[in-house]
Amino acid sequence: MNFDFSDDQKQLRDQARKFLAEKCPPKAVRAVLDGKAPYDKELWKGLAEMGFLGVAIPEDFGGAGAGHLELCVIAEEMGRANAPVPFSSTVYLVAEALLIAGSDAQKKKWLPAIASGEAIGTLALFEGKGNPSPNNVKLAAANGVLNGVKKPVADGAIADFAVVAARTGSSGRDGDISLFIVDLKDGGVEVKGLTNLDPTRGQAEITFKDCKAEPLGAAGEGWSILTQVLDRAAVLCAFEQVGGSDRALEMGRDYALDRIAFGRQIGSFQAVKHMLADMYVSATLARSNSYYGAWALSTNAAELPEAAAAARISATQAFQHCAKNNIQVHGGMGFTWEFDCHMYYRRANAMALGLGSLSYWEDQLIDRMRKKNAA
Amino acid sequence: MNFDDTPQEAEFRATARAWIGANAPKQYEEELRKSSLGRTQLKNANILEVAKAWQKKKADAGWACLHWPKDYGGRGSSPIERVIWQQEEGPFGQLSRMFIIGHGMCGPTMMAFAREEHKRSYLPPLASGEKVWCQLFSEPAGGSDVAGLRTRAEKDGDDWVVNGQKIWTSGAHYSDYGILLTRTDPTVPKHKGLTMFFLDMKSPGVEVRPIKQASGASDFNEVYFTNVRIPDHQRLGEVGDGWNVSLTTLMNERSAIGAAVSTGFPELFEYCSSLMLDDGPAIEDRAVRSKLASWAVKASGLKYTSMRAISALSKGERPGPENSIGKLVAGSMIQDVATYALDLQGAGGVVSGEDAELAGRFQAMLLRAPGTRVEGGTDEIMRNIIAERVLGLPGDIRVDKDVPFNKIPTKGRG
Repeated sequence: MNFDFSDDQKQLRDQARKFLAEKCPPKAVRAVLDGKAPYDKELWKGLAEMGFLGVAIPEDFGGAGAGHLELCVIAEEMGRANAPVPFSSTVYLVAEALLIAGSDAQKKKWLPAIASGEAIGTLALFEGKGNPSPNNVKLAAANGVLNGVKKPVADGAIADFAVVAARTGSSGRDGDISLFIVDLKDGGVEVKGLTNLDPTRGQAEITFKDCKAEPLGAAGEGWSILTQVLDRAAVLCAFEQVGGSDRALEMGRDYALDRIAFGRQIGSFQAVKHMLADMYVSATLARSNSYYGAWALSTNAAELPEAAAAARISATQAFQHCAKNNIQVHGGMGFTWEFDCHMYYRRANAMALGLGSLSYWEDQLIDRMRKKNAA
Repeated sequence: MNFDDTPQEAEFRATARAWIGANAPKQYEEELRKSSLGRTQLKNANILEVAKAWQKKKADAGWACLHWPKDYGGRGSSPIERVIWQQEEGPFGQLSRMFIIGHGMCGPTMMAFAREEHKRSYLPPLASGEKVWCQLFSEPAGGSDVAGLRTRAEKDGDDWVVNGQKIWTSGAHYSDYGILLTRTDPTVPKHKGLTMFFLDMKSPGVEVRPIKQASGASDFNEVYFTNVRIPDHQRLGEVGDGWNVSLTTLMNERSAIGAAVSTGFPELFEYCSSLMLDDGPAIEDRAVRSKLASWAVKASGLKYTSMRAISALSKGERPGPENSIGKLVAGSMIQDVATYALDLQGAGGVVSGEDAELAGRFQAMLLRAPGTRVEGGTDEIMRNIIAERVLGLPGDIRVDKDVPFNKIPTKGRG
């Protein structure tokens, strides 16, 4: 059994960590947080140059052709650094959708542009409150044009193109939904930035008005493709969440070692120690569940749906737990804008909703476990 | 990343599987498979006898104490082979429960500190299950604070004379030998005045009394020592070095890697899958599903954490500290799971025993659960261990650290 990343993959992780420590220090995250730029363009360019954007994209389409395990280790480092770039939208969601359902021409057009950093992509799925569900997709597609409103759309204000979920039928079944690609530079859209929990990752409202769109995948296959895309993204996001959990835990640990109160390090009080030990437990469970997700993702195993849901739940819980208790360990200072704790708190809570909420994934997990047991 | 055996591992697995298939006591397989919740008994046989017979059979064929050297009754296997054996032994591994302390703690301590002639005479019958060992550390005044123990050993000629009381000794009532931590010098700080011995549990002056636990069962004992004589050649380590010797014993607890911990989750999931609530199937209920999902990811997280440790073993690495979370997570989880299962039974959940839902499986789990959060290190001690050894946080400030043992207060109020 080798339930671990290979030495090469670990080397890649070290390389990514070093790169991000240099190019994405907290100061760089703060620049986006404070609204000085919508995302870190220099970092995005650097990620492309390092080959990280296209690490799981085949060489034929301009990528490095490595694989999803490699993408997992990079995702972990992106989460650890709290990178303020549209990585998850572009790489986990849109590139995966193209790889699963894109025509050869679509792949040739968009995947090399993703790998080189020239095109930012986003998935336009949600329409206000609610979790992923065909019933929640109202935006209509007819005669090659889209009409409707999507929000929140992660990175919508900076995206060059979008994969859009649209309604093409009214039977009340999954087959009512189809996917489309929209070049957001071609007109027919209005984009409005939205304030959101985590300003280091923008959210937008996009209004489609007789917007020209090209089908992605067969008509009526949209929901089936989306389900696969969300599962794959759930594993990759879980690695970001694991990276963020570890960093939040480290910050809390370091502060507990530095800070003196009542004449001693606060890390010598059991109330603080035990809080940190529990954070370690959450982060470890999340890491182990995510490793299983990585295995299932990289081998396209039949276990992927269940593994992805488990990784998603475990990593969401861990990141929220570590981020909030990191602030608690810091006390009053943790609640200042100046300290970095809130950046992880914001990211943890935004990520907990991004692919659908915790309760949605809990429901998914139980459904999938039942299916497995029935089979 | 894969779950495949290396060719050598696959070969070992095939050999082990074939031998187990041909030799295991299959008539008890079904019963043992269902006894995952802390207590193993057999309806129509004495489990101690069945366990001893299976262990002896394994020993005769070279399958006992796989990781021990051959000279002492083991097989000289690698750590990963031991894990593979556990996987293959499956439910029959339940029969090893009564040997866990002897094989996992007493044996390794003997190997590290006993005289060679003692190793050669005592270890093989320990490996083969012909002799059962127990560990005598905890005391009424020293549970989490083991070094606060008060059982005295005083030198008398070539012997030591022991007086005092131990508690929470698993299996003392059927043990032949034990390792015993005593205080030999109360005038120095507590960690410095301890000495370790091994002794014959049939020695005059040893009295074993079972403890009736809060659950009603009796898995543990109190052991009283009244002028028990132990020859000096049965001392393990130097006089006054007992604390360090005991650390060797406790470190060997880690060798439990790969052994599955009970969380109660599979039982609860199975239960909820068929349970009807007043307004429909439990498994369709949002609240039930949310609880199940949260526990599901804890259970799977523990399983894959263990697999990461096994992978490290497979590569010849020492597993990291991640495995220390197993008992902490599983202990409180099994309690919560049991509580919730009874909640789902409503007022009827109060009935326990054979007349209850599932013959009282969750009621028994609930009553046993408090013990799992205390034995082998309380939840709080486990959190201290993680905080200090894994995260590098400072140890507790110990007010008794430099105080001679006999000057440490023994009472709180009054």
